[in-house]
Amino acid sequence: MPVIESKLSPRDPAFVHNRDAMSALVADLRDKIADIEHGGGEAARAKHVARGKLLPRERVRTLLDPASPFLEFSQFAAYGMYGDRIASAGLITGIGRIAGRECVVVCNDATVKGGTYFPMTVKKHLRAQEIARENRLPCIYLVDSGGANLPNHTDVFPDKEHFGRIFYNQATMSAEGIPQIAVVMGSCTAGGAYVPAMSDETIIVKGHGTIFLGGPPLVKAAIGEIVTAEELGGADVHTRLSGVADHFARDDRRALAIARRIVGNLNTRKSVTLDVAEPIAPRYDPQEVYGVINADIRKPYDVREVIARIVDASDFDEFKARYGTTLVTGFARLWGYPVGIVANNGVLYSESAQKGAHFIELCAQRGVPLVFLQNITGFMVGKKYEAGGIAKDGAKMVTAVSCANVPKFTVIIGGSYGAGNYGMCGRAFDPRFLWMWPNARISVMGGEQAATVLATVKRDGIEAKGGAWSAGEEEAFKVPIRERYEHEGHPYFASARLWDDGIIDPAETRRVLAMAISASLNAPIGKTSFGVFRM
Amino acid sequence: MFATILIANRGEIACRIARTARRLGVRTIAIYSDADANALHVTLCDEAYRVGPPAPRESYLNGDAIIAIAKRADAQAIHPGYGFLSENAAFAQACEAAGLVFIGPPPAAIAAMGSKSAAKAIMSEAGVPVVPGYHGDAQEPQLLAREASRIGFPVLIKATAGGGGKGMKVAASQEDFAAALASAQREARASFGDDRVLLERYLASPRHIEMQVFADRQGHAVHLFERDCSVQRRHQKVLEEAPAPGMDDARRRAMGEAAVAAAKAIGYVGAGTVEFIAEQDGTFYFMEMNTRLQVEHPVTEMITGLDLVEWQLRVAAGEPLPATQGDITVHGHAIEARVYAEDPERDFLPSIGRIAHWRMPHDMHNVRVDTGYRADDEVTPFYDPMLAKVIAWGDNREAARTRLLAALAQCEVTGVTTNVAFLERVVAHEAFASGRVDTGLIAKHRDELREHRDDVPPAALIAAALAEYAAAADASAGVVAQDPWSPWRLNDAWWNGTSTHRATFAFADGTREHSVMLVPHGDGAFDVAGDTFSERVHATRRDGRWSIRRAGDEAASDAAVVTHGHVRHVFTPGARVRLARVDPFADAGDAGEAQGRLTAPMSGTIVAVLVQPGDVVDKGVALVVLEAMKMEHTIVAPAAGRVAAVHFGVGDRVAEGVDLVDVDAKQADVKT
Repeated sequence: MPVIESKLSPRDPAFVHNRDAMSALVADLRDKIADIEHGGGEAARAKHVARGKLLPRERVRTLLDPASPFLEFSQFAAYGMYGDRIASAGLITGIGRIAGRECVVVCNDATVKGGTYFPMTVKKHLRAQEIARENRLPCIYLVDSGGANLPNHTDVFPDKEHFGRIFYNQATMSAEGIPQIAVVMGSCTAGGAYVPAMSDETIIVKGHGTIFLGGPPLVKAAIGEIVTAEELGGADVHTRLSGVADHFARDDRRALAIARRIVGNLNTRKSVTLDVAEPIAPRYDPQEVYGVINADIRKPYDVREVIARIVDASDFDEFKARYGTTLVTGFARLWGYPVGIVANNGVLYSESAQKGAHFIELCAQRGVPLVFLQNITGFMVGKKYEAGGIAKDGAKMVTAVSCANVPKFTVIIGGSYGAGNYGMCGRAFDPRFLWMWPNARISVMGGEQAATVLATVKRDGIEAKGGAWSAGEEEAFKVPIRERYEHEGHPYFASARLWDDGIIDPAETRRVLAMAISASLNAPIGKTSFGVFRM
Repeated sequence: MFATILIANRGEIACRIARTARRLGVRTIAIYSDADANALHVTLCDEAYRVGPPAPRESYLNGDAIIAIAKRADAQAIHPGYGFLSENAAFAQACEAAGLVFIGPPPAAIAAMGSKSAAKAIMSEAGVPVVPGYHGDAQEPQLLAREASRIGFPVLIKATAGGGGKGMKVAASQEDFAAALASAQREARASFGDDRVLLERYLASPRHIEMQVFADRQGHAVHLFERDCSVQRRHQKVLEEAPAPGMDDARRRAMGEAAVAAAKAIGYVGAGTVEFIAEQDGTFYFMEMNTRLQVEHPVTEMITGLDLVEWQLRVAAGEPLPATQGDITVHGHAIEARVYAEDPERDFLPSIGRIAHWRMPHDMHNVRVDTGYRADDEVTPFYDPMLAKVIAWGDNREAARTRLLAALAQCEVTGVTTNVAFLERVVAHEAFASGRVDTGLIAKHRDELREHRDDVPPAALIAAALAEYAAAADASAGVVAQDPWSPWRLNDAWWNGTSTHRATFAFADGTREHSVMLVPHGDGAFDVAGDTFSERVHATRRDGRWSIRRAGDEAASDAAVVTHGHVRHVFTPGARVRLARVDPFADAGDAGEAQGRLTAPMSGTIVAVLVQPGDVVDKGVALVVLEAMKMEHTIVAPAAGRVAAVHFGVGDRVAEGVDLVDVDAKQADVKT
């Protein structure tokens, strides 16, 4: 296959400048993740450990096969959202290998506000279940939660995508044959009691795990009965008397071991129909991608330089290389898996959108997973292009993206603005996974454009009333708009709200994509039927 | 020279004889019992014949069957090795009668030396010094007591027909004598069917020094210098060396001449060993003569450069001795360590089983290993549990000792318990290093020579963790055939966005738990951290062995980790450690039985109470039996523990759900 020849030199001053800029962003990302890993802070952690409980991340590691990898989702969930520090929204989710198979792990972090569910906790829990469902991955819930976060109950309890959906998902996934396993390692109160109760198999830890609809204070208030939590809903009660739980475990480690054993006995097999090959490392060091990405998001670069640092042997079989050149499409292997790559190399024109739609149809026809590398300011605007039917060509691409029934993976490697986000398989188009790079920006339009649009509207209004607006006044008007867009388009803001599955180090993109593709192959790739393409 | 010989033995000595025979172009016939059908000696010989069932009496001691095989296989001679029939005059006689050469002394010489008291009388006649004692036939207790007083206490009482320490007792004083005598006679009768005893002066810190002699049919006799076999435990040799530490020429000459005189006194032919007991001041007395090749003959071979088995074959074939006394010289020093399948921590109880992992020193300059075992061989209860002899040679004693230590460090055996670590401790001990050896050395330093549970060395924990890590990687390799290169199979503990991709493994050493954290960095680089260490190592694995270079070390060192279920045997330079992998996966199955209280499963009557408060019980031990619904229900201990309370007695009626017994699992005595 044709090899991408990089035209960059790591000694070029521009490359060095870019690399330093990205390094700083990645360093900040990693610092923040390291901080988030500390969950609810030292005091809460010390208290947790003093009770003889494993810390949540240790629980996850102990559950997984020794030294196996873990792909964590949305570490920035709830970041900066609730005034207080709600690390990872108090919930660790991700895919890990247990007894040789990929599973979704959902682990409450009781050191964060007792593991209670904030709105973003619910969203993150539901997203993990969605990933499990789409990719047919067994779910392991490591439960240690006080239930809904009461001050936020209106955004947690009643709506369709709220707390109740967790149990709906458990029931319907179980119906689909996706195993649901709960390990009760702490509280499971009220609605939370349904996580273990709705699971296929449940383990409970002696002395720590409790399951009840109403806790001791509520029982006392309601019926005047005085009872301890352990007597009310401890491991002994539930494994010996109530049958709410199936397995009694002496401690966290043993409970997790039982969960591993259960997974080992699931009798499921990953059936991969893709033509996989032995992976070959890219010819160019993935770390060099830092120097590829322009430190100034508005300055263009050739996206093939990025592809060359992600795909096997930097081999890229480009499709329609001479046509609609602002969209780069082609076939490659990523960690040995065949993929179709759709990557932006400028604004989308009619030709590039048609080319994109054509290429997506090819991949759907052949059952080849799609990888979108998104860096898009939008579709071209202007009289000529509207008259040329750019809207219907854009619609063709959006139709193709929406209907293509192959696993889709999106990485926002730069800007993600307006309808460009849609055509390039944004969150609304159900990619199996969507990640952002730390340099990325996401908003309906760029901060500068938004400021200019709003300033124009305002100027028109002022001038219509015969008023005057100085350039200085206009600039003063635009500054806060720009700042707001900068803040709200930032990956930390986006990821806090679960608009993505996490912010990743660009150098880890190949690894993250490979693991996601491999995990997605747990679900069979179906046939596609497309909707009506507007011609 | 013979065309064909039959080797009437097994194990290392059969292998050792076969090697020399092969070098000399002599065809070898092996015999084997059913227990040895796949033994190494069978494969090393040109032909092998089954001789009988495992029991020695029916196989390696079955002279008639062996002679029949020798005839059938066209052997001209039988080499008996040591033990078994090697000192059996009747067998030697039977060989001659069957027209076969017995590779050993004439039957008369064997018989002469077979009775210790008769042997001493002969030696005394020949002017060889003997220990003051009584070797008479009269066995009246009063007479023996009088003789004991004459000899002087402490007195050693030995079975006349004995050997190997059986029927051997020390009477410290006149008062002890009667009881010690009765005990010695009892053992003698049980072991040899002959309760006659002899008495000897018991020497307080004696040394066991023996002279190797050789005589031919032409009437020549020489000695091949001495061996010191003082390091013994309960009369079982542990270390043997040549020359004897502190031996001077005059004494050597005197002992050599005495030994040659002894051989000549009985018309000896072939290889023999004259054992002396020597006092610290240098005086020595004749003890006995072994009319065969000794286990420890390799040390003599290593200092003289001669092949004693070759000499045996030549002499037996009628050739004169290959060398005269003047030709034989001592060069350097050699020490032999006997590797046994036995447990030094359990009073040297023999250990049997399949050898799962076997590694002996190889390609080590001036180190010789004689063995009849290899990996997967079975160590059976039928025969002596000696696994191998490790012999090291050096220019001087200290060089040999150091090399022996290095060689022992290379020995790795699992599947059976061995004395290797014990041997290492003895060889390293100051008492042995100083050369001031006597037969009480091991008993005197018993506590220091015990296994001391020191802290597990970091190197061992690092190796164990690396092996665990690699095993996890190997295990994942078998998963998901259709996704063979899945990134999920990687075992780099990768976790997106974090820099510490770590894996933690826990091991138990007795009651202590050690947790080792491992951070893989690729290309064999790992950060490893435990309670007492935190460092960077570079590790590579080849053919199942590890080469680990720790930060600050110039060179990598070799390590092996052998897995038996949950046990990890870790071999690193200077340490052999037995760890248990703490795997929560393994003991997760105790679901629901952790409660200490044991309740009646249904209403009924107590029919038996099998424990009382304070008893320590193992998991599964029956505690109480309850009769209900015409069935007996046995209440068993859910886990090891101490019985805290028993609430009912036999005949009591109990209701469903009441507590019968309390067992405190935390009080379980630690069992290792």
